[in-house]
Amino acid sequence: MFEAALDPFAYEYMRNAMLGAGTVGALCALLSCFVVLKGWSLLGDALSHAVVPGVAVAAIFGLPLVAGAAVAAVLAVAGIAFVERGTSLKNDAVLGVVFTTFFAAGLLLVSLYPTHLRITTIMFGNLLGIADSDLWQVYGVGLLCLVVIGTMWRDLLAYAFDPLHARSIGLNTRVLHALLLGLLSLACVTALQTVGALLVVAMLIAPGATAYLLTDRFGCMLVIAPLIGGVGAVAGAYASFFLDGAVGGCIVLLQTATFLLAWLFAPKHGLLNRLGFRRPAGAGKRAAARAGA
Amino acid sequence: MAIDAAARLGPAPSIEVHDLSVAYPDGHVALSEVTLRLDAGRICGLVGPNGSGKSTLFKAIMGFVRPVRGEVRIGGQDVRAAQKANAVAYVPQSEEVDWTFPVSVRDVVMMGRQGRMGFLRRPSPADRAVVGQSLDRVGMAAFGERQIGELSGGQRKRVFLARALAQEAGIILLDEPFTGVDQTTEEEIIGLLRGLREAGHLLLVSTHDLAAVPDFCDDVVLLSGTVIAAGPTADAFTPANLARAFGRPPPGLASLAAPKDVPGTLREVPRSARLAETAC
Ligand SMILES: Nc1ncnc2c1ncn2[C@@H]1O[C@H](COP(=O)(O)OP(=O)(O)OP(=O)(O)O)[C@@H](O)[C@H]1O
Ligand SMILES: [Mg+2]
Repeated sequence: MFEAALDPFAYEYMRNAMLGAGTVGALCALLSCFVVLKGWSLLGDALSHAVVPGVAVAAIFGLPLVAGAAVAAVLAVAGIAFVERGTSLKNDAVLGVVFTTFFAAGLLLVSLYPTHLRITTIMFGNLLGIADSDLWQVYGVGLLCLVVIGTMWRDLLAYAFDPLHARSIGLNTRVLHALLLGLLSLACVTALQTVGALLVVAMLIAPGATAYLLTDRFGCMLVIAPLIGGVGAVAGAYASFFLDGAVGGCIVLLQTATFLLAWLFAPKHGLLNRLGFRRPAGAGKRAAARAGA
Repeated sequence: MAIDAAARLGPAPSIEVHDLSVAYPDGHVALSEVTLRLDAGRICGLVGPNGSGKSTLFKAIMGFVRPVRGEVRIGGQDVRAAQKANAVAYVPQSEEVDWTFPVSVRDVVMMGRQGRMGFLRRPSPADRAVVGQSLDRVGMAAFGERQIGELSGGQRKRVFLARALAQEAGIILLDEPFTGVDQTTEEEIIGLLRGLREAGHLLLVSTHDLAAVPDFCDDVVLLSGTVIAAGPTADAFTPANLARAFGRPPPGLASLAAPKDVPGTLREVPRSARLAETAC
């Protein structure tokens, strides 16, 4: 029984999948703190779809997929800014138009010029078949995000909280904005390879949202979210071995389960605690104590 | 203490606005041909009716709106350089931040120090001390660990004032610091502003509390799309100028219409009239 639990570790592809998933999960979770607070959920979804044509073009010409994705992300962000300036449409409408256009172009390119890159890989990822080079790419991006956010999180936070004040104390808000978008795009590309375009956005939101419920301090969020995201992703990959089901599905459902638990039991923002306040004072305290336990 | 502060202020703070015109994207010209010079160690009151361009002037000084004409120089530098040198702090009329953000009152005030910190932005003991003092000076010391949204409107305003104090900038711009705060707090803030003036700061303060203006302002700028009058309070803050700025003698200042043109008479305005004035 216990030996069976260790089975997944006997296979190299499973070890790679768990390592890759854990890194991607933690790295997306780190960025999810900013995504959740800036209200960038839709932008995360947009980016994860907008990088597809870049990936397709890179595959056609045999270039690194990350490079193609980065170019597409920059073009998409520029396109969004351009359309926004030219109309008084709401931001979500502009995002919707731009990212579906990019995604459509990507689908068309992949179908017109068949390469080793298949459409199912783009949509659902291919964690179990992740190549060593891709794995190193994931580690590289993860390390980059860790270093950048580790050194600059206070400036990024100041910018996210109050951009005008950040500018008035001399911070370069344009650079900070570009940096966040750049890291977000990189995270999208790596997540694309693991859970696929359809589920990237879940990894870019759920851990940050969960951490937000658990703490009132941004610094703590930056620690809690990657833990939740990383552990959830490793556990998801591990579970998929036994279920023999889609890895992406397992990862995202596990992260959602964590979110639901936090939503119910969080010490301050949790549902039980809030309901507790409506009961007589003593009952409320007991509920809070139970929620904390 | 005062010498200390003066040393930290660096070169004498000043604001020069030259021939400034600002238009919003919809084409509305909010300010035209504004020319001003403000110097250190003085409190300048910025007065004008709603929509007269006070907030726009603040935003233009901070470089948040791009002028169609003219320029702003702060301490002889352009705005961006002055901001990088932490020469100017700004408290907007209303803070448009996300109040659900996971930051404490102390975190927010610490952000005022951030431009002065080293590469990793780790607060030093000195930074912590300044933040503590700033919270203390606005009477919010007991609220340091609260989440920023868990405050009343007036308390939020005081926190953002504390953030500006923590920046230790030579120039402090305050857009209507007295709206939404109680009378005692207003008097405390005025006391605070006087202290900053003695320490050599330059303060530009917009207000609708006309009765308080002669009380604490050394200079006054009367605005109505352009500068109606500017100069020492006694010269600029006259009933005739006020009537020109507001289009009619502003209510609550009927006593100004009395033959005596001495600004001191303003202090005799009945309290009820003052309140009416702050309310709008
Ligand atoms: N974002 C904007 N877009 C277009 N017009 C604007 C904008 N902000 C302000 N205005 C216009 O510019 C003029 C000056 O506005 P401003 O906010 O500077 O006035 P104010 O003197 O600060 O008024 P108040 O006393 O109400 O705060 C007003 O006529 C206003 O309608
Ligand atoms: Mg205003």
